[in-house]
Amino acid sequence: MFLSEATSFGFFFLAPWLVFAPVIGLLFNIAFGGRLSEKWIGIVASLASGAAFVVSVMLAWSVAAGGGHAVSVPFAEWIHIGNLELDWTFRVDSLSTTMMLVVSGVGTLIHIYAIGYMHEDVRFKNDVGRFQRFFVFLNLFIAAMMILVSGDSYLMLFVGWEGVGLCSFLLIGFWYEMDTLARPSWANSNAAKKAFITNRIGDFGFLIAGFLMYWYLGQSFQFDHVFEAAKEVAATQPGVIVAITLCMLVGVAGKSAQIPLYIWLPDAMAGPTPVSALIHAATMVTAGVYLVTRSAELYMLVPQAQYIVAMTGAVTALFAATIAVGQYDIKKVLAYSTISQLGFMVAAVGMGAFVAGMFHLITHAFFKALLFLSAGSVILGLERGHHHAEDHKKESDDSRRRRSRETSDSKEHHEVFDPGDMRNMGGLRKTMPVTFWLYMIGTLALAGIVPFAGFWSKDEILLDASLHYPTVYWLLTIAAFLTAFYMGRQVWMVFFGEARHEAAAHAEESPKVMTVPLMVLAALSLLGGALNLPFEGFHNLGHWLEHTLLEVESLPLDLQVAGISTVLALTAIVVSWFIYGRNPLKAGQPDPLKKPLGFLFTGMENKWFVDEGYFAIIINPFKKLSQFLADVIDWRFWHDFVHDTVIAGTYNWVSNIALNDYADQKGIDAFANWLGTATQSLSATMRKVQNGFVRSYALSVLLGVVLIVGYLILK
Amino acid sequence: MVPVNYYIILSAVLFTIGALGVLIRRNALIIFMSVELMLNAANLAIVAFSSVIKSFSGQIFVFFVIAVAAAEVAVGLALIVEIFKSKHSIDVDQMSGLKG
Amino acid sequence: MTLELVTFLVLALIAIATALGMLLSRNAVYSALFLVLNFTTVAVFYLLLGAPFIAMAQVTVYAGAIMVLFLFVIMLLGAEAIPRTQVLPWQKPVAITLAVILVVEAAYLLVTKARPVGGVLPPGTEANTMENLQQLGETLFTQYLLPFEVTSILLLVAMVGAIVLVRKEKGVQR
Repeated sequence: MFLSEATSFGFFFLAPWLVFAPVIGLLFNIAFGGRLSEKWIGIVASLASGAAFVVSVMLAWSVAAGGGHAVSVPFAEWIHIGNLELDWTFRVDSLSTTMMLVVSGVGTLIHIYAIGYMHEDVRFKNDVGRFQRFFVFLNLFIAAMMILVSGDSYLMLFVGWEGVGLCSFLLIGFWYEMDTLARPSWANSNAAKKAFITNRIGDFGFLIAGFLMYWYLGQSFQFDHVFEAAKEVAATQPGVIVAITLCMLVGVAGKSAQIPLYIWLPDAMAGPTPVSALIHAATMVTAGVYLVTRSAELYMLVPQAQYIVAMTGAVTALFAATIAVGQYDIKKVLAYSTISQLGFMVAAVGMGAFVAGMFHLITHAFFKALLFLSAGSVILGLERGHHHAEDHKKESDDSRRRRSRETSDSKEHHEVFDPGDMRNMGGLRKTMPVTFWLYMIGTLALAGIVPFAGFWSKDEILLDASLHYPTVYWLLTIAAFLTAFYMGRQVWMVFFGEARHEAAAHAEESPKVMTVPLMVLAALSLLGGALNLPFEGFHNLGHWLEHTLLEVESLPLDLQVAGISTVLALTAIVVSWFIYGRNPLKAGQPDPLKKPLGFLFTGMENKWFVDEGYFAIIINPFKKLSQFLADVIDWRFWHDFVHDTVIAGTYNWVSNIALNDYADQKGIDAFANWLGTATQSLSATMRKVQNGFVRSYALSVLLGVVLIVGYLILK
Repeated sequence: MVPVNYYIILSAVLFTIGALGVLIRRNALIIFMSVELMLNAANLAIVAFSSVIKSFSGQIFVFFVIAVAAAEVAVGLALIVEIFKSKHSIDVDQMSGLKG
Repeated sequence: MTLELVTFLVLALIAIATALGMLLSRNAVYSALFLVLNFTTVAVFYLLLGAPFIAMAQVTVYAGAIMVLFLFVIMLLGAEAIPRTQVLPWQKPVAITLAVILVVEAAYLLVTKARPVGGVLPPGTEANTMENLQQLGETLFTQYLLPFEVTSILLLVAMVGAIVLVRKEKGVQR
């Protein structure tokens, strides 16, 4: 697909509005948000994001109408130094429009949901003024993500890459001065830092890949140029392409949370739930998958790198799934689930099944966003119930006190309550029915039950794996089993049984502004499979992406693979019902899996101690090294010794002792003083000549005469 | 005839004696007299030379010298008398008011 | 040794002796009298040198008036009492040394560098017996008239000065 004919037919000229509609929205909210009500702040932000969605639709239609060719829309000249020319150009083709539609579509729904969510959240955390800032950051994120997916070069992709990293930092650390339970703490800001730093390590890999690309593949970052040059270089120096693709894999591991850089994503749950949904489920984390898909031509040249990518994805998928089984926080389960599903996607694109990967990306965006937002609804419901329960308790305490005239201990009212802990939930399907049904739809989609969207996309990946990479196939299959298991566990623990805490007993349903977007997402999760059904004539996404990706293998449905995965999923759900659903957990009771699995469960609970390992092996030695460098080398040696003792001391010695004492005082001063005293003593001596006796004066005269006469003689 | 050198040497000796008197003696009057001696020595030399060159100028000069010496002595002695009136002594060592 | 030379030597000795006498005498009156003798000797020298007028003037003015004046003042002031304490102990030796050096230098100069040539005319020679006085007077009142007049003024001033100096403030004369 070579460069454009910028057609006059189509709406390609609208491309810059993808970025600038959200930018205008955020600038408006910065300037005027203080004077607007919350409703209007949210409306402005959602309209900005919606405008981006509308533009994406029009761009997609234009691509379709134009026969699927890629179109470049030059926008601005950026760096022009000598021979180096780097410009900001928009690339509108089938792949980028797909991403644009997902990001802006799901993003807009989440904006609308966030109006309702943040309205309650800022009140639970006692900072109503921060509402405005949230929507500014959300729009900024949409703008950055748009830059990422619409760029026509790796450079613009990286600009957007960095931008979404920044927004991730800003939004994870939104409540920067507290922890998830609203206690003053460094926890949230640490989580934000962790995300940023881990992402940075991934960015380092991306940069190295970028430099290699520029150096070896034609002095350009633009996709077309790079891919052209890659074909020639692959013949002569395949190692270069391997290096580039593996360095890009490091970037993917950072952004899309693969092993070993996935550690930030669970901690990122410290951010508000809409953030978790938008950034850490639907859009930002998929940037890595997009990157690999875009670089399909590079990866197809080096099968060795492809294998490594696929294995990374598969191992991550299984690893994260095991951790998800042992988590108690509702969002953490979903976070590890995201990592696992990302593993699926990365494995897919690693294997060369780009369409399957993109398909799973799209469906995952639908149902994971649905799940996260529903989880947010659950959490808020528990918070509302907690406050209700406290009010009741206060009333009954007051009346009790009035009756018995006792003084009560007010400490009991301020217990630390974690609304996200599943052990505090239970029986919520009665108190929050809408959320319950929405959550069910999301769960079934994620577990991969026919006919939900997740089934079709996951199945395609498994099919491709079974044909080409058997190891990957088995790893992914086990991960799929575990996925269904932990989702089942979650559903039984949260919605069934009896409430294990009074907050759950008093939980309330969420308002329409939150539930309506969820219903849209639920519909998409149900029907999204239609995007790429594995039947002849229904490979819509495949055909669509074929315009960009060249090689697309469209496979028909394989009943064996589909059957195995469906049976496994159903089995997992039944097993989870046996453990968690039949005898629902009571308050204070430990997890039923704890005793049978023993140390395995402890490992799963504690995320296999990976964070602790990183701290011990990398972070603490690094801190010690930097403390050593700072304290010993910099302060004690360089500053104290070299500066103060040696340099300053020498200087002081020179100026005070050498110059001041010796040269100045003993030398020059002494000389000047000596002149004075010498003159005084000389004059004192000379004064004796004036003794007042005339006779001696006369003697002097005679002396003079004698001398003169003597001189005359000698002359 | 006597060579003029002899007169000059005599004059020099007289002059020196006069100078010694000025320097050694502490009596103001003696000092004054020594000064007169010196003047006389000079007069002698002048007259000796005037005789050699056969001119009157020397004699006339000496005439004036004598006149001036007389005037000087008058005034000088008046001064010494004055000093004696205030210090009651003519020891020149007592007149050391210029001591610095 | 001609008579003139002997005369000269004798007179010279007398002159020097009297001068020394004046110098070394403890009594001021003796010193004055020695000086009178010295002046008289010098007057004789003048005669020998053919300056009779000057000789007379010497005797009259110097030996006659000036020394008399000195003697008056010596009598007036009772000048014998001079205390013995020496304030400048080094004065005498240094002075004597310097005086001797001076004489030696003068002699040396005379002998080597400044050699005046010629002899003094003896008295009675033709050149000496000219109408000495007449000539002297003429020269004095014609060629040296101005110095003469000035000298007279000088004498006047000296007189007036001497009187003024000894006068008391209130005009009361002692």
